[in-house]
Amino acid sequence: MTDFLVLALLAGLGVAIVSGPLGAFVVWRRLAYFGDTLAHSALLGIAAGLWLQVAPGPMVIVVCLLIALLLLALGRQQSLASDTLLGILSHSSLALGLVAMSLIPGARVNLEALLFGDLLAVTTTETIAIWLASGLVLALVYWLWTPLLAITVHEDLARVEGVRVGLVKTVQMLLLALVIAIGMKVVGVLLITSLLVIPAATARRFATRPEHMAIFGSLVGSVAVCLGIAASWWWDTPMGPTIVLASGLLFIAALTRRQRG
Amino acid sequence: MSNLVSVRNLYLSFAGRTVLEDVSLDLEAGQILTLIGPNGAGKTSLVRIILGLQKPDSGTLRFSHRLRVGYMPQKLHIDATLPLSVAGFLALADRDPQRGRDALERVEIPHLLNQPVTSLSGGETQRVLLARALLRQPELLVLDEPVQGVDITGQEALYRLITRIRNETGCAILMVSHDLHLVMAATDRVICLNRHVCCQGTPEIVSVDPAYTELFGVRTALYTHHHDHEHSLHGKVTTGSHSACGGHHHD
Repeated sequence: MTDFLVLALLAGLGVAIVSGPLGAFVVWRRLAYFGDTLAHSALLGIAAGLWLQVAPGPMVIVVCLLIALLLLALGRQQSLASDTLLGILSHSSLALGLVAMSLIPGARVNLEALLFGDLLAVTTTETIAIWLASGLVLALVYWLWTPLLAITVHEDLARVEGVRVGLVKTVQMLLLALVIAIGMKVVGVLLITSLLVIPAATARRFATRPEHMAIFGSLVGSVAVCLGIAASWWWDTPMGPTIVLASGLLFIAALTRRQRG
Repeated sequence: MSNLVSVRNLYLSFAGRTVLEDVSLDLEAGQILTLIGPNGAGKTSLVRIILGLQKPDSGTLRFSHRLRVGYMPQKLHIDATLPLSVAGFLALADRDPQRGRDALERVEIPHLLNQPVTSLSGGETQRVLLARALLRQPELLVLDEPVQGVDITGQEALYRLITRIRNETGCAILMVSHDLHLVMAATDRVICLNRHVCCQGTPEIVSVDPAYTELFGVRTALYTHHHDHEHSLHGKVTTGSHSACGGHHHD
């Protein structure tokens, strides 16, 4: 096997492992559309990075986090249905990112890589960065598991029981922003949410406890990454979409099983 | 007796609509206080202010000390994608599984320990919520519509359970209810709320207060009738307040 395939596999697994627990929260809290909006705003982060001539990775995290906090604040107003609000922001931020990038003089951007991922081009440094970020996400999720779950189940009840809901929610947004920043490399901004939602939804059929759903989600995601990379190598198909397709097929296969709990 | 909670001159409005107007109340240690009033009377808002979940526009809120508060919310919406058992739900408040089992025992549903929460009936959900509130070993128990979604027989059983919990633990209870009649035997004091405090006192006094009958006149008559029917069926629910209540409404 060649080096770049090993790197691709390592990078893909680094993302798949965090997509389990994070994806579970996205599914439980019905944040799929929310995640999509954040992912689209990642393009804006890339544009900002190019504009300010700083590394795009950290800029993606910053912009995603800002958009997430903006959405949280707007969500409290509730003058618009939240899916309408997300629909407006999701597509506006995608369009704004594309326009902004075209306006930056001298910038040569591989748009396809941003939109659909470019796992074969991943470097050693990027792979290390992915594993560092995913380690941080896992550590935070492990540490904050109970409060994260408590606000998912009932926010007011958690608040009365002493959970600092605002802080925990902000950390959750930070985690999502981190996963989007590293997931971009693997499947691109348009497909990231699928990497969060599909493995978690697949894991649901086997899980009787929330912890199990998170762990099974990571396993399903990892299997999808392996299958996707192998299939894309074999049939010479684009790697990101093939990984997503593999996880979709795993989900369909899991449908044949009766759901537990 | 000392006041556990003192609320003075609360005002609250949402988007220009007055929700609470000059509301004051006191809650004594060990007392069961019930807020009744029609929909939109501000009962839940008042409870949320006392819980610190909502800031009033003006007014003061004083506690005798840092209270341990147990809260039983009106509803529990858990997404079906979340595989959570009753034990897991209780563990969110207290990780000790033994204390979780004890709490379920106290609300008389120990057999539901490993049931998924999404599969529970209305009455079972209310009891699980009550168990979680009890895990906090509360000095103040706040119950927002505790009998919601529970059938009439179940409602009486739940109110009896609530009274027993107060008698055993001595905690104060602040409860929201639609209906004075069923709650009557389970409460020491009633505050009738319709944005402002219409009247308050023991249930016997409130049930004949003109302000109360103006708000609830027709409904109470209906429920009284129903309740008489239940009396003859079970022949068991015979506290003084019940008969006093029934008598008054038949006048």
